[in-house]
Amino acid sequence: MSDFISRAFGGRRRPPEGMEGRIPPGQYYEPGFPVLTAGPTPHVDTADWSFSIDGVVGSPRSWTWEEFNALPFEDVPCDIHCVTKWSKLDTSFRGVSLDTLLEGVEPLGAYTMAHCYGGYTTNVALEELTDGKAWVVTEHEGEPLPVEHGGPARLLVPHLYFWKSAKWLAGLRILDSDEPGFWESNGYHMHGDPWREERYWND
Amino acid sequence: MERLTPAETTVPHDRDGLPSVTPAAPGRWQIGTITRIVQETPRVKSFRIELPIWVPHLPGQHYDVRLTAPDGYQAQRSYSIASSPLDEGAIELTVDRLDDGEVSGYMHDVLVVGDRVEVRGPFAAYFVWRGESPTLLLGGGSGVVPLMCMLRHKRRAMPDAAMRLVYSVRRPDEVIYRDELGEETLLTYSRLSPPGWEGHSGRIDAELLAAAAVDPATGSVFVCGSNGFVETGAQLALDAGFPAERIRTERYGPTG
Repeated sequence: MSDFISRAFGGRRRPPEGMEGRIPPGQYYEPGFPVLTAGPTPHVDTADWSFSIDGVVGSPRSWTWEEFNALPFEDVPCDIHCVTKWSKLDTSFRGVSLDTLLEGVEPLGAYTMAHCYGGYTTNVALEELTDGKAWVVTEHEGEPLPVEHGGPARLLVPHLYFWKSAKWLAGLRILDSDEPGFWESNGYHMHGDPWREERYWND
Repeated sequence: MERLTPAETTVPHDRDGLPSVTPAAPGRWQIGTITRIVQETPRVKSFRIELPIWVPHLPGQHYDVRLTAPDGYQAQRSYSIASSPLDEGAIELTVDRLDDGEVSGYMHDVLVVGDRVEVRGPFAAYFVWRGESPTLLLGGGSGVVPLMCMLRHKRRAMPDAAMRLVYSVRRPDEVIYRDELGEETLLTYSRLSPPGWEGHSGRIDAELLAAAAVDPATGSVFVCGSNGFVETGAQLALDAGFPAERIRTERYGPTG
């Protein structure tokens, strides 16, 4: 941290009282839910939707929308942090834990690549997705996940910057080695921990 | 930054006349000096910032600005670069003053020429122009900023490249870079046109895209603006026949 002080800057948008410890460095409190995408929004009909886990696994799996919705769902209250600097606190999603989805799949690699309708990809290490740390979600705050926020289904990895929570999720590929996804190939960090401010390549 | 995109594999790198840079030369925090401030519109200013460590950027990249209060409280935001990378030693950031904008408000209300400001960049390597031609730029409001960077750089580095800008503003007093808009630009006023205006009025539509006359078979599209503008612009480009993998978007969320 530098010693530089901005002339006549007092700081006007501090987090609400009691929430200071929940805003990572360089982030600000945002009550809304901004939309960020790099290309046209893909519209995926649930009749055509499926989610798969494949790659380096003992037993690949795939679920249709109906099959997916028969899985045990969990409410996921969480805070989310976008690399564009906003953090949204006390939001909630509903979906299926990756622990549930990975049961019986026997992943043999330690890395994964999430891939999406529309072509987006993002890499997440397998250990970041297990032990109650990640979900595939289809609802946000009691409503079906809106398409601009990744509906029908998105990955949710709230402890990493939100670009890792891939929208319009189509599948998870288990990999032997860590490979960069879309933003990770375009200047953004391979890991993306907001508490360590891992925004860009050299952070 | 949860953005979707199609894999982009066909973009040529390092064309003649464009700076040869790594896709995202990652910058460290440094203290720049404000050397010029231009009031573009009542709520938009451009800040020229001289940098001790300057690296050429790709048109479309951004810098982060960080403010620090005496007690250590910090606020950061990202702003698109408006200047051509041929302007060595400095960058120009064009900043829209948002109503509740902590950083944009400070920059507008406090910063004067001679002030120092902490920045790092340039960052991100997807919403960037690498010399593709022809190119259709769709800008809404302050979404024109990274597009003007592309246009300025094209004029200086690749004057023969085909680039059209469709620029939508709500009202006459919201036209940024008014004196720099040339024959390549189609301006439309979505809510209120100036008296005697004989150009386009209303929101961007298929007709306006057609008037820009960029061939969907070969053209690349860059759309930047509010979420609603980008949704509309990207869909219009798809409808016009541009393939999704050649439509790149950047949305301005409620940051500030």
